Amino acid sequence: MRRALLLLGAAALALFPLVGGAFYLQLLAKIMLMAVFAMSLDLLMGFTGLVSLGHAAFFGIGAYALYLLSPEYDAADFWVSAPIAISAATLAALAIGVLVLRTSGVYFIMATLAFAQMFFYFATGSKLLGGSDGVSINVRPNPAILGWTPFDLGNRVQFYYVALAAMLATYLLLRMVLRSLFGHAIQGIRASEQRMRALGYPVFRYKLAAFAIAGALAGLAGYLSAAQYGSVNPEFFGWQMSGTVLMMVILGGIGTLYGPILGAFGLTLLQELLTELTKHWLLPMGVFIILAVLLLPQGIGGLGLAWRSPRPEPVDD
Amino acid sequence: MSDSVLFFLIQVLNGVQQGLLLFLIASGLTLIFGIMGIINLAHGSFYMMGAYLAFSLTELTGNLWLAILLGIPLSVAVGLALEFLLFARLYRRDHLYQVLLTYGLILIMEEARSLLLGDDVHGVAKPAFLEFSIPLTETLSYPVYRLFMSAICLLVALLLALAIRRTRLGMTIRAGAANREMVSVLGIDIGLVYRVVFALGVALAAFAGMIAAPVASVYPGMGSQILIVSFVVVVIGGIGSIKGAFLGSLLIGLADTFGQVYAPQIAGMTVYMLMAAVLLWRPAGLFGRT
Repeated sequence: MRRALLLLGAAALALFPLVGGAFYLQLLAKIMLMAVFAMSLDLLMGFTGLVSLGHAAFFGIGAYALYLLSPEYDAADFWVSAPIAISAATLAALAIGVLVLRTSGVYFIMATLAFAQMFFYFATGSKLLGGSDGVSINVRPNPAILGWTPFDLGNRVQFYYVALAAMLATYLLLRMVLRSLFGHAIQGIRASEQRMRALGYPVFRYKLAAFAIAGALAGLAGYLSAAQYGSVNPEFFGWQMSGTVLMMVILGGIGTLYGPILGAFGLTLLQELLTELTKHWLLPMGVFIILAVLLLPQGIGGLGLAWRSPRPEPVDD
Repeated sequence: MSDSVLFFLIQVLNGVQQGLLLFLIASGLTLIFGIMGIINLAHGSFYMMGAYLAFSLTELTGNLWLAILLGIPLSVAVGLALEFLLFARLYRRDHLYQVLLTYGLILIMEEARSLLLGDDVHGVAKPAFLEFSIPLTETLSYPVYRLFMSAICLLVALLLALAIRRTRLGMTIRAGAANREMVSVLGIDIGLVYRVVFALGVALAAFAGMIAAPVASVYPGMGSQILIVSFVVVVIGGIGSIKGAFLGSLLIGLADTFGQVYAPQIAGMTVYMLMAAVLLWRPAGLFGRT
């Protein structure tokens, strides 16, 4: 049932460019990149039990990496710049992870937020990174291989399909990760860190690996977001970014892979709707969040639960 | 004394002043977490609320003192109302929902501020009799208002320490932090203690905003900036520890001030590098319980 729904959703998204206008193509591409970002955070929050409020750090690193790798009036090579951007985000996640994973619970929330904010202030103050105005990437990265160009990131429809491919690939990759021995181990850590340690698992290394994978995928999302709009600013690192993606995960259904996707669609569309209505759209958004927390005592994950098929399923995706 | 030594001493004063102000915010944050177990992302918004209260009430009454005098009971009222309406429902919930709810509260407070008072940057006049500087040399001087701020913050910190250590309420608060169940079994209304602590935290943050308004000016986004630095203070000092918050605040105030003066290239980052060092050395903070 759920698999059928997911396939149906993927098919609908694949066919959408046949009917959708330019505005909606761009919006949906943005949403699908946010879904990649949200799924990567859910690997930490939903499956490893690490609530990070600084995940935007890696999103921003992926985005700024593309800027730094792009010549001013020429295109960066996609096949070089994307792997470098993702590696940069991974390395940053490893370095920050070593520090923040020494803490847990509320300390972890505060420390991740503080580190992301460090990047925010660095970007705001750095001449190289364009300061608070940000920078623009004049030419989209070029994916040509030996003169053959498989797709064009400047073309709206083709970019849409790249975003769709990124989202599906992330979904499948994370599903594979979660079904592996490693995936079961991190879920064991979420359930009981003590027990996993007693069983002899190197808990810290497993958490660090999960943190690095999540950072890499967030870097990919940031890289593609920078390529979509051709501009990057410190808000990519901002804690509003981290907060938004956190809400997507929780509102969509934490601890599932399709939940963050639903959350990305739901929240971005709601945001789009509210901005249409009023300049002060954050006000109704805030009220919505508070009501959601208060009225769903089982947690908003309960919303996600309602989406699950009634028969009990193995916990592996 | 030579100019460079004097300059150095002025920076020390500035750093201490910034640290003491930070303490007013961080102490509330750490108390609310240590006693109520709540992570409050909206704490910076209370600082912003204080600054905007100082601005609008000074416009209204023409006097900063009057504005502060009116502003404090108003902030306490806001704190009591929010505790009653929202936070009381969060005590037994996961941190995740506390983060989410307080995040929603930030959005509401930012937009309410934007709706009511606009998005402009405002200044607040210093009280006339504090509007002068002590000349130190021909080129260097120190503004009296900053000294005054430090003195007030220090006084508040002392009162807070005394209240927590010596009064009956302070005893209850400490007991509540150590063992909540036991306190309620003894017939003490723990809900009331929580309400008082929360209102106290809100009032401290708002008061910090009020006295900082003439120096720091009043602008959108001032809340989140101070919130994040307060988080760093709490991580460094150890969650729930007032002593840690005090030491952490001073360290951060000095690190930030000296970073801006002597290493402007990395100015925004010194605070976070300090945090990284402390996390490596003592993951639970300087005074944290491990």
